[in-house]
Amino acid sequence: MPHPCFEALHLDYAYGGGPLAVRDVSLTSTPGTMTALIGANGSGKSTLIRMLAGLLRPRAGTIALDEVPLKDWQPRLRARQIAYVPQSTATAFPFQVIDIVLSGRAPHSARLRFESARDTEKAMEALENTGAAHLAGRPFTGLSGGERQMVILARALAQEPRLLLLDEPSSSLDLKHRADLMRTLGRLRETQRLSVIMITHDLQLTGSFDRLVALRSGEVAAAGTPDEVLRDHLLRDIYGDPNVRTQRMGNRTVVWVDL
Amino acid sequence: MTAQAIPLPAPAGDRAVRAMTVLTLILIVSVAVGLAVGSQHINPASLFSDSFSRTLFFRLRLPRVLMGMVIGASLAVTGGALQALFRNPLADPYTLGVSGGGALGASVSIALGWSARVAGIPLVFAASFAGAMLAVSVVRTMARTGMVVLPGALLLSGVAVNLICAAGVLTIQYLTDPGSALRILRWLMGSLDVVGLDPVLRMLMVLAPAWLALLAFSRQLNLIAIDEDTAATLGVNVRRCEAIVHALCALIVGVTVSAGGAIGFVGLIVPHAVRRMFGEDLRIVLPGSLLLGAAFLVLADALARAALPSSELPVGAITGLLGGPVFLWLLRRRQEYSAM
Repeated sequence: MPHPCFEALHLDYAYGGGPLAVRDVSLTSTPGTMTALIGANGSGKSTLIRMLAGLLRPRAGTIALDEVPLKDWQPRLRARQIAYVPQSTATAFPFQVIDIVLSGRAPHSARLRFESARDTEKAMEALENTGAAHLAGRPFTGLSGGERQMVILARALAQEPRLLLLDEPSSSLDLKHRADLMRTLGRLRETQRLSVIMITHDLQLTGSFDRLVALRSGEVAAAGTPDEVLRDHLLRDIYGDPNVRTQRMGNRTVVWVDL
Repeated sequence: MTAQAIPLPAPAGDRAVRAMTVLTLILIVSVAVGLAVGSQHINPASLFSDSFSRTLFFRLRLPRVLMGMVIGASLAVTGGALQALFRNPLADPYTLGVSGGGALGASVSIALGWSARVAGIPLVFAASFAGAMLAVSVVRTMARTGMVVLPGALLLSGVAVNLICAAGVLTIQYLTDPGSALRILRWLMGSLDVVGLDPVLRMLMVLAPAWLALLAFSRQLNLIAIDEDTAATLGVNVRRCEAIVHALCALIVGVTVSAGGAIGFVGLIVPHAVRRMFGEDLRIVLPGSLLLGAAFLVLADALARAALPSSELPVGAITGLLGGPVFLWLLRRRQEYSAM
């Protein structure tokens, strides 16, 4: 197993003086691996990924990138390594899509410079990768939730990170764009050894991942390959529903709930 | 499949050059109008021959136009920055209570008769800056819960701070001696009246560096205006950027208010107009607001001077009459701004 480039150990987090929202969670990511975070609503997935993105400071535990603590990284240099896509983005001003994607180049260009032609190329390439090139000239505020998702994802790709943190990117994407997303991530994993940590409620997608980490009440309930985690008894426990069923179909596992 | 229905905008660098060219031309025309309008007609040729015309021009009219430029530019650029920072198109020094705080600070120092200067910089500037800083801190604390700035709370606390400050100014006027009270009143109405170039130069000593510092944050403000979380993951130290931009805005507004009174809505209309003309990129909006703000206030002041045959209107009244309706119109169009 290759050496982990990103390692989170024994993370705890609590909002204000409340109970722990994340408790003793450890997670590693090696170059070119895709990890899915699953779990019920409120199980601490978003809190965890926000800690990994450096947006929340863990109450206990360490996060290290290339063995240097995340908080010791200079923000701009860290931004060249890790990109983050939030669940949704609401912008008050009608920025144009291409400008938003171009802003993903910020960590790579000098502070007082405008983006170069090369940056524009990278931005367009990223938009093509997410199937959103046709939106380039549109105002962001006029887009649907799914279109915005694709644009913000393109922005994160234009950032050229080694590790991509995605908070439910597929939630508002249609069937085709979900497939496009997975294809794009798979391709970037092959060509650029991109690592991905992605929250998802769509268990059908998780077959494409190397590793699944399931959270329940802020703790890791199960972790392993999709085959190891996508099992009836584990999923019933993770989602707290006794009617979850799984079945192997060819080389993938289908999950559903009996109503 | 809609194939490339909408053409791509020109690169930001090209757009910036075009924007600055257009806005500089507008500014030049405005300055020419501002210099030409006044109770006394000054014939350009007479500047060389007639010493009265020369004095009138260089001691009164030119300083006044420069004052208008400096104050207009300052209010507009802070408006643009505050709108981005709070992700709210209705934010401006006036609506957020920053001007009010500055006015209160300045009133205190006028009432106490602080006319001293430190290193050529009047103490009124410092008092006004302190008031503006206090106001922006209160408004920010009220509106921010964790990572979210609540737009309603932002504007409401701005209104509340403005009312408190106005009440404070009234109290000071009531308690102080009639001379100071009158000076406060005249100054509050907002005027660009100034004699000689010195006051303008003293302001520029403080303002020009602050403008440039603010412009240096354009890109960070772009990222914050799009989304605060992703700004942080794109390498912006959001909290630090916020604190510095707040302080710079308070400084600029404080100095502006202490010199020209509370002139409303310039910071609201001008950045909005620049965005309409040249797009949302703050690397264009902020310098563009400097230029258009300067032009706008010079024109508003020319209008204030020319509106009545025998006397002049306070320039604050003109900007308020123009800006109030624009504010209401923006409020009406809120649905265009999804985050509100």
